[in-house]
Amino acid sequence: MLRGRLGSFLFQSIAFVLALGFVSLILLAVGASPLEAYKNILTGSVGSMRKFAEVLVSFVPLLLVTAGLLITFSAGLWNIGVEGQIVLGAIATTWALRQFVDSTMPPALAIFLSILAGMAGGAVWASFAGMLKTFGGVNEIFGGLGLNFVSTALTLYLIFGPWKREGVASMSGTEPFPDVFSLPQLPDLRISPWALGIALAAVLVVYLILQGTYFGLRLKAVGRNFRAAYLLGIPTWQYSLYSFLICGALAGLAGAMQVTAVYHRLIPSISSGYGYLGLMVAMLINYQAIWAVPLTLFFAALNIGSIQLPIVMKLDSSLSGVLQGVLVLFVLLVEGARQKFLKKA
Amino acid sequence: MNVELKNIHKHFGKTYANKGINLSIPSGTIQGILGENGAGKSTLMKILSGFIQADPGGEIILNGKPVVIHSPADAIHVGVGMLHQDPLDFPPMRVLDNFLLGRSGGLFPNRGAVAQDFKRLAEQFDFSLDPDNYVDALTVGERQQLEIIRLLWLGARVLILDEPTTGISASQKTKLFATLKKLADQGMTIIFVSHKLEDVESLCHQVAVLRAGELVGTTKPPYNTSRLVEMMFGKIVTLGERQPAKSGEPVLSLRDISLEDVRLKIRNVNLDLRAGEVIGLAGLEGSGQGMFIRACAGLVRPVGGRILLKGRDLTGRSYHTFKREGVNFLPASRLEEGLVPGLSLTDHFVLAEEPNGVFIDRAAGQRLAEERIKAFNIRGTPFSTVESLSGGNQQRAELALLQSPLSLILLEHPTRGLDIESVIYIWSKLKDRCHQDSAAILFISSDLEEILQYSDRVLVFFSGKVSAPIDAATTSVDQLGQLIGGKGWQEKGGSHA
Repeated sequence: MLRGRLGSFLFQSIAFVLALGFVSLILLAVGASPLEAYKNILTGSVGSMRKFAEVLVSFVPLLLVTAGLLITFSAGLWNIGVEGQIVLGAIATTWALRQFVDSTMPPALAIFLSILAGMAGGAVWASFAGMLKTFGGVNEIFGGLGLNFVSTALTLYLIFGPWKREGVASMSGTEPFPDVFSLPQLPDLRISPWALGIALAAVLVVYLILQGTYFGLRLKAVGRNFRAAYLLGIPTWQYSLYSFLICGALAGLAGAMQVTAVYHRLIPSISSGYGYLGLMVAMLINYQAIWAVPLTLFFAALNIGSIQLPIVMKLDSSLSGVLQGVLVLFVLLVEGARQKFLKKA
Repeated sequence: MNVELKNIHKHFGKTYANKGINLSIPSGTIQGILGENGAGKSTLMKILSGFIQADPGGEIILNGKPVVIHSPADAIHVGVGMLHQDPLDFPPMRVLDNFLLGRSGGLFPNRGAVAQDFKRLAEQFDFSLDPDNYVDALTVGERQQLEIIRLLWLGARVLILDEPTTGISASQKTKLFATLKKLADQGMTIIFVSHKLEDVESLCHQVAVLRAGELVGTTKPPYNTSRLVEMMFGKIVTLGERQPAKSGEPVLSLRDISLEDVRLKIRNVNLDLRAGEVIGLAGLEGSGQGMFIRACAGLVRPVGGRILLKGRDLTGRSYHTFKREGVNFLPASRLEEGLVPGLSLTDHFVLAEEPNGVFIDRAAGQRLAEERIKAFNIRGTPFSTVESLSGGNQQRAELALLQSPLSLILLEHPTRGLDIESVIYIWSKLKDRCHQDSAAILFISSDLEEILQYSDRVLVFFSGKVSAPIDAATTSVDQLGQLIGGKGWQEKGGSHA
């Protein structure tokens, strides 16, 4: 029983309980009531339609990034640079929109082209990490990390330099675009059904690529045994690069959504750490696309729900990050224990 | 010590490695355990020596008393010691330190007293082991000797030897057999696990044969070889007749090929390999044959000369170009280079085929896998991951992945670690491919008999030197052995193959 899906679920539940227990201990140590904190997170995320819409706003970029990372993880690559790829997607989208603002182009077409520009921006940024890896022998973790810092610096330079607001440059970002250049939103809610649809479509495409295509199978072969894949006739380094390009395009799409559906401008922390969070989700679901949607939704809910904590309980909202991190650690730990247990049994 | 195994079962998942085994070995007996790879010999011995536990319900009885063995330490405590195929020692340490390891008690061992014991035991069996030498300087045979006296010193009364005659010299084998006979005379129980019939026949007092996890029978001398073979495989197997050399069109032509790596230089090799021909590459590991075969696959770029495949110049082209032109390379390390762990057999067959559209037709893939599994006699299902297969089945899977049509098959140690039945099977499949596609074969093996049995011509490698092609029909294991060891190279004349 412990071998099958049910056993796996049982162990994951144990990990979840352990993570909750651990965070509760932290809360008790600072003199707060864990139950009250969890209640606040719950009501803060799904307590009202408006709040749930906020969860979905956070869900969209996280899902896009996670979907992209499933591709690079399948190819055996740790695309830490995904954070910077989101940023470059946002920058490229902003750049494109700035070209179209004063033109006579229909806004819908302008938005569409800007989103494509965002995807291209993310893909180009990812290709840097990919080329450093394949041609320069630089590990993608180091290359990606370096490029992340460059992307942050580039954002700040643009906001305070060439793209600064009329008269005053500030941390609040560039001049917001006119409303016609935003993806349409639901009445009274901040969520755009277009953004949601795009994110769900993206994860579906990734699922299909990994489950049913020659491309996906070859990618997995490259990820699991680079040498054998090469001997089997797969063009290995090309596939590594393709995976970077796809992940970069999806991260760039996430950045484009942040600009066209959420902030309507470029802001300094446009990626909001979704890249790193996506890495955690991908690890948590053990790189299986089918779990991406529920887990991403859960993480997004934690993010939004914990905003209540400083308001109601004077706790820091970073508690959600602690819970997410601890959860990943416990799931990995319990999975390790399960493997060991199975070997003995 | 009398050893009795009663009703031993062991299953891994759905397959039984041991099924209801009952075996009784009286004190002073040399018991042979015969069986092909995967017959369950090693599992049974690991159970007896505590590396794994049997399923509940069975019993191990030593001198009439049931014992519970949970670990190798428990085993040696009740007097059971096992000598593994790859000696479990610590090469960078001295012989005496290895001898001391595994001994319980005492923060500061009394090295003087231990050295005395060591000397006494070594003398008793006429082993010349220097206690201050480092283990990595010893031969496999000497490491075995060290392990034997270590186990005896720890109090072993039952000695299990797993394939002990693999990798040792003939004189070491003679000495090993003499030692085992002496030990048996002293009342020790020796369990000798092997798939080499002649060793078992010349040494053992009784033989038990395992097949597919079950004990199919026990026999005593005089042994009937064909009867033993039949018990092992459930049918009669014979080596195929040697086939005469072919003289088809040249498939692979090497013109003044020179190769280099950090250690070795190979200079100006010329060779014509013809359709249907098999050439064996002999030589000690690392004599240049590995680099040579990889150069023929396009994996290593020659520093000079030209490589022609069916007249087309492929010098300097990539492995993938070679592969498209019909060159297939099967590396020695199957799970490291040949197959992708974590992917199923179906996945592998799908990967090896030309893609047909964007989406994989799962049903067709599975049908293909079922066909190949049947055709290549692979023990596994379309969903089995490759790492769950035994070595022989992994090798069959690799053969099943060969593309079609083919012009050249390059193999590194195609049958290493496989039992005789798998060896015969694999070579029959290879020869079939040779005839069907009029392909040629170039293979590396450290088994000289295999080289002489299956090749038409042989190239011998010795520290980068390559012999002229030797006709396999008119040479002997002894002659090849001399050349491999660096003797008689003047007559064979340098590197003009």
